[in-house]
Amino acid sequence: MSPVILNTIEVILNGLMTGVMYSLVALGFVLIFKASGIFNYAQGVMALFAALTLVGFQTGQVPFSHLINVIFGTNYHNWSNGINTFLAIVLTMLVMIALAWLVERVVLRHLVNQEQIILFMATIGLAFFMEGLGDLMWGANIKVLDVGLPSGGSFWLEDVTREWASEGSEYYGMYIDVLDVWAAGIAVVLVIALTIFSQYTKTGRALRAVADDHQAALTVGISLRTIWVVVWSIAGFVALVAGIMWGSKSGIQFSLSLIALKALPVLILGGFTSIPGAIIGGLVIGVGEKLFEFGIGPLIGGATENWFAYVLALLFLMFRPQGLFGDKIIERV
Amino acid sequence: MFYRESGDFKSNYAADQQTFPIKFDRIGVAIFLVFAFFIVPFIINDYWEKSIIVPVLVWSLAALGLNILTGYCGLVSLGTGGFMAVGAYASYKLTTSFPELNMFLVILFSGGITALVGILFGLPSLRIKGFYLAVATLAAQFFLIWLFNKVPWFYNSSASGMITVPERTIFGIAVTGSNSPPWATYLFCLIFVVVFAVIARNLTRGRLGRSWMAIRDMDIAAEIIGVAPLSAKLSAFAISSFYIGLSGALFFSVYLGAAEPTEAFGIDKSFLVLFMIIIGGLGSIFGSFIGAAFMFLLPVLFKNIMVGGFGWPTDMVQHLIFMLVGALIMFFLIVEPHGLAQLWRVTKEKLRLWPFPH
Repeated sequence: MSPVILNTIEVILNGLMTGVMYSLVALGFVLIFKASGIFNYAQGVMALFAALTLVGFQTGQVPFSHLINVIFGTNYHNWSNGINTFLAIVLTMLVMIALAWLVERVVLRHLVNQEQIILFMATIGLAFFMEGLGDLMWGANIKVLDVGLPSGGSFWLEDVTREWASEGSEYYGMYIDVLDVWAAGIAVVLVIALTIFSQYTKTGRALRAVADDHQAALTVGISLRTIWVVVWSIAGFVALVAGIMWGSKSGIQFSLSLIALKALPVLILGGFTSIPGAIIGGLVIGVGEKLFEFGIGPLIGGATENWFAYVLALLFLMFRPQGLFGDKIIERV
Repeated sequence: MFYRESGDFKSNYAADQQTFPIKFDRIGVAIFLVFAFFIVPFIINDYWEKSIIVPVLVWSLAALGLNILTGYCGLVSLGTGGFMAVGAYASYKLTTSFPELNMFLVILFSGGITALVGILFGLPSLRIKGFYLAVATLAAQFFLIWLFNKVPWFYNSSASGMITVPERTIFGIAVTGSNSPPWATYLFCLIFVVVFAVIARNLTRGRLGRSWMAIRDMDIAAEIIGVAPLSAKLSAFAISSFYIGLSGALFFSVYLGAAEPTEAFGIDKSFLVLFMIIIGGLGSIFGSFIGAAFMFLLPVLFKNIMVGGFGWPTDMVQHLIFMLVGALIMFFLIVEPHGLAQLWRVTKEKLRLWPFPH
């Protein structure tokens, strides 16, 4: 095989891996949107917040240490040398559940029956609040997250692919981050787990009932408020997974919350109400933007990844406004 | 006591259709305008001009523009930052290519160019709406900023990639550049804001504004009663982008002086303007102004209190401001989804009856 083909394959594979990351964020959006009709802009910030909290627990930081030190003139930073990673993940999950409960209690409960756009705006407000809260709690410096997942290129893959290249061509093998492969694996497990949860458990069935019809679900005795807390907790869990993956890949920093924006075109492609759609949409966007940057990017100055996804979504919307797998939009006057 | 409507009889159509039908309002606005035009220029100093009044005026114009699109026509846009960048770069190219061109015309032409770009990105609105349109306008935001970063023609191939405004004068007085006196830049912005606020007010009361509102309330029904969605939606995009372009041009040439696209016109600016009109009140001209003032001045106030008063470190205060702004947005949406303008309307109703509540 010629190096060009191999390079293209490498780009596609890396695109798929990036796509998995987008799908992870988009998944959280779809879960909340299906169950409550809320378009949760704060999903990306939730991932950031979860990752920050995880690192905070891992390294044993004192929450709000900065604020406390300034007000009381003390000098606290760490309360221990850090705790076991697994324990930290469990604690972070508890924090995310508490957060879900708070969001329902303080915000959503008062916004029942408001227009969708108002709810959307409220989640933007929530995103701002959590961004400030996360930075205030754990400090705004860029953090390194290490939960013990392997990372870096795979030598085995490099050797194998080098042999595929035709004789005498200058090709040095493919580079694929092992961490990305792990992320893809974990995403698959996550989706399977979510599917099992929603198909075979009582809560899962209630969740699907609410997604289908709020009123009918209420009449058969499902508590909407509990369901909302559950859904936001699950979205918090998905955010935690996404946060761990993105955080181990590129460090925990503010730009993590911007991947939430990238999830929007993913949703447009896949449809707002479809879990398989979120995954396929993520893969399409991931591969598309990498291929475009590889093939056409150098001709027009590069850095096309910033806008490719949005323009693709824009063009796509012209032909199929409901997305690949979304419910058909029917309007009545 | 304040709003006395009895005795305020209309005897012709002109009186019936005036913008402020109540005498009390008319007098209040007149006093305010006289104060703004004839007294403020004499007392304004550099601090007030640079960090409070001029930015509030510029953001008001942007909020006015977005309110036309989102508040009156119901089309949500997250591309405001990108469109402001178009206005800024248009004014930069115009001032550097035609040094003799009057600054008023430069700003107006920049608005016109932005309107054309707005129409282009408004085309998808004919098929999509709601969140979908918001995402589509994100394409405008990211693509335009990328374009201004990558194509050297836009920034005249300057080494830093930044654009810097040259000094331009009107009647021999500098209004752009670092030598401009505070009162001149203030009056320059004020003229634009007042003139275009009046135009916006009248547009929204007329046929065009009513067709926008019909589209907003229910587009299919509007089409059935004879509102053409194509012209209504595209005109909303064009006029809204015109206003946003004006504000972008003023923001760059009068307020900033030098700008770099990613920093000055990023996605955070799009959100800021959106927050302004939510807090101020969707579909209200007055709301655009108080929303802009509120969202811009609130962080300034907090900063002055916490950094200046308590002596807390700046970065921490920044996070606290983020939290407060987020909390306030949620608070407003819960307590008063129609914004500050609605609060003012309620107050006015109360004042009409005061001191007899029934």
